[in-house]
Amino acid sequence: MAGGPSKEMLAEIASRPGRDTLISSAVKYVFIALSLGFLAALLFAPLATVFITALSKGWEMYFESFKDEDTLAAIKLTLTVAAIVVPTNTIFGIAAAWAIAKFEFRGKSFLITLIDLPIAVSPVISGLVYVLLFGAQGWFGLWLQERDISIIFAVPGIVLATMFVTFPYVARELIPLMQQLGNDEEEAAITLGAGGLMTFFHVTLPKIRWGLVYGVILCNARAMGEFGAVSVVSGHVRGLTTTMPLHVEILYNEYNFVGAFAVASLLTVLAVLTLIIKSLVEMKRK
Amino acid sequence: MSFRQPSILPGFGLTLGFSTFFLSAIVLVPLAALVMKTATMGWSDFWRVATDARALASYRLSFGASMLAATLNSVFGFIIAWTLVRYEFPGRKLIDSLIDMPFALPTAVSGIALTAVFAENGWIGQYLAPLGIKVAYTWIGVVVALTLIGLPFVVRSVQPAIAEVQRDLEDAAETLGAGRFTIFRRIVLPTVFPALATGFTLAFARAVGEYGSVIFIAGNLPMRTEITPLLIVIKLEQFDYKGAAALGFIMLTMSFVMLLSINLLQAWSRRRMVAAGR
Repeated sequence: MAGGPSKEMLAEIASRPGRDTLISSAVKYVFIALSLGFLAALLFAPLATVFITALSKGWEMYFESFKDEDTLAAIKLTLTVAAIVVPTNTIFGIAAAWAIAKFEFRGKSFLITLIDLPIAVSPVISGLVYVLLFGAQGWFGLWLQERDISIIFAVPGIVLATMFVTFPYVARELIPLMQQLGNDEEEAAITLGAGGLMTFFHVTLPKIRWGLVYGVILCNARAMGEFGAVSVVSGHVRGLTTTMPLHVEILYNEYNFVGAFAVASLLTVLAVLTLIIKSLVEMKRK
Repeated sequence: MSFRQPSILPGFGLTLGFSTFFLSAIVLVPLAALVMKTATMGWSDFWRVATDARALASYRLSFGASMLAATLNSVFGFIIAWTLVRYEFPGRKLIDSLIDMPFALPTAVSGIALTAVFAENGWIGQYLAPLGIKVAYTWIGVVVALTLIGLPFVVRSVQPAIAEVQRDLEDAAETLGAGRFTIFRRIVLPTVFPALATGFTLAFARAVGEYGSVIFIAGNLPMRTEITPLLIVIKLEQFDYKGAAALGFIMLTMSFVMLLSINLLQAWSRRRMVAAGR
């Protein structure tokens, strides 16, 4: 976060002569009003709507929505997918960051660009590529069909598409951090006879742990909330291949607004928690 | 120069090997499958699918709405970033952390919530309807959804740049008789512009590919409110894999171009920071 002005800076600005003219305070209030108005319409109102609609028929109906079997199945699937995707991408992120931040080699910036690629690609394409690989008419479609393995319109496809979308999050958080921290301490540890793993766990990990936490929670938020990519590969089989965001869509299209917004409220709480952890991590870093 | 410079640290082969393998398996091979699928089509088929009237209408909406949303974001993102960096007001910290909300919020949630707010009986929609402005289920709704999605990109790019603007230069300009607008144009804008351009491109790139939040609010009428990613999904649902691959290939190419421009803009931005001695 860029952060705001420090207390001293604000005091200093306030003490400057000629600053506090009528026009400058008018500009200030216009700017604040424009900012708040814009955010209120686009962000605060939708966030409030989620909870108000979810609770519009009372708490009882709200909790009733979570007793639905398909809703529970969707929650379970979302948790399962995140439990597979997040650890895998974390291991990848750490490995990639170690290779990229600790060593100088040719083609490094190209590798970084490739790692960032999934962020620039439309989520729909992230799903599409797997359909083209594993779908009925895909490159491996026939081979999979003969062996009775389903990837598309099944859980493996959802896992793969989610992995694609959340692929860069841990790595792109760790790479700049580890580059900035340098190699001196690791080199000292190795010179003193520590092994590679020992160096990582005792020297590197304590330095990068907050960055790692941040990368992991971002990856997790994205994994649980991904819609486009998962929608393409899921097949929307109710109770079997619908994750929470897909289940929101199904309920919404059935005009079950309380149900849809109830599931949406869980996802919103997840987003709020993610932001809270992010703020805590940023405080720790300072 | 050899492939890598010597280092006493261990694990280069293992970590690089693992990460390139994983990168290839999850990202590169699947993307290659898309390119190969498009290549099997032949040029005339590809051209026919890519320039079909419905596809052209979808590009117009996707790129037009994204451009408009990124422009709106540049204006309001700058105002919000400026407010957050320069002014102190109650709740500033809270608002600053809420800026990242569109990053963290699942797109399906922002989609249904925006639709509820901007529908004709919604909180905001009910005041716009008498004025003859329909937001939900029209192209305006698409712009609204894309603006929400892109906002954090502009604010987060511009915030550090505004913090870099040298106050003493502004003060000096003021004492020398420059007006507010001159100060903005000659001192603030040159410092902030590369960051603003980066934010604009990031927001635009994100908006072009966005799917989840748009499909709820757009109404999805062919030729009118159908974005390109949705057209890909529709083609897939009709098992028209080639058609989907062709449109996907066009979008992928656009993403590459955008990624390249973002890298160039960021390099430019950094160079200006260094050149200014900061």
